[in-house]
Amino acid sequence: MALMRGSLILATTLALLLVAGLVQAAAIEVREFNDPVLEERYRDITASLRCPTCQNQAINDSDAPVAGDMRDRVYQLLMDGRADFEIRSYMVERFGDYVLYNPRLEGRTFLLWGLPAVLGLLGLVLVGLLVRARRNASNRALSAEERARLDALINRERIE
Amino acid sequence: MNRRLLLLLPLAGFLALAVFLYQGLSLNPFHRESALMARDFPEFDLATLKAPERRVDRDLLTTGELTLVNVWGEWCPECKREMPQLLDLAERHGIRLVGVNWKDTREKALGFLEEFGDPFEVNIFDPDNELAFELGVYGAPETFLVDGDGVIRYHHTGYIAPNDVAEAVLPEVEQWR
Repeated sequence: MALMRGSLILATTLALLLVAGLVQAAAIEVREFNDPVLEERYRDITASLRCPTCQNQAINDSDAPVAGDMRDRVYQLLMDGRADFEIRSYMVERFGDYVLYNPRLEGRTFLLWGLPAVLGLLGLVLVGLLVRARRNASNRALSAEERARLDALINRERIE
Repeated sequence: MNRRLLLLLPLAGFLALAVFLYQGLSLNPFHRESALMARDFPEFDLATLKAPERRVDRDLLTTGELTLVNVWGEWCPECKREMPQLLDLAERHGIRLVGVNWKDTREKALGFLEEFGDPFEVNIFDPDNELAFELGVYGAPETFLVDGDGVIRYHHTGYIAPNDVAEAVLPEVEQWR
């Protein structure tokens, strides 16, 4: 009896999980591709475009209506034989730079892309300078006068 | 002494960065300029809401008159709250309004206008998201101010609240009229 109840619970749980999986799958449509390369490109593009209404979700990951519309359009444009960059520009023209997870390198974004490199370089230069300064300090030879003083100090200590 | 002060430099840098990033926390991510700002209103060829046989295109917005283009749908609760403000803009301030009825059915849209009033000179019927996609609309309501030459001059994302009429919309209308 207990065993039967146990298996009943298990069966119910499995059924629920299955239904939940189906519901999840219904949110984002399945698309047919004859060409695996095209499918790969579709996956890349929809993962690199940000959904305009969501907080930090790519359009391949969102069930917001606008994300669905954008996926439809990406699919259509791919089928029309457009290049990846053309499809991304198409979306930027309509929804703004916001939809790009990777901002393009242009006049307006040079600070965004350039600052980390500049700061990194500056850090390297700083470390280099510090290392050189230290090495110089420890390598510097004593002058004759300093050596004589040092000997005198050491000798005095020995005598005492 | 001066060398000691130099040690404070990284701390000062950190504080400046912290203040900068802290300000970012209070920014609203939905307040961003439309990608179409200062660009031509997109081409379209669609039927009107009230007369299915009448087609309208971009010429509707290059008449020399400044126009507010409001994207709405019967399914959109904020659009209902916005109607009194739109009626005010049309009737009291004499602004030309053109609607884009978005992802809706004719029947529901006409019922909406019956119930909440109709400030629009004409409504472009866009059930399949053709024009709205070109406009980069991602949620209703959205409102575009289009000058007499069909260039987009201002974009209001979301609901036009009563205080937005005087504080946001009318100043832009004055500027571009």
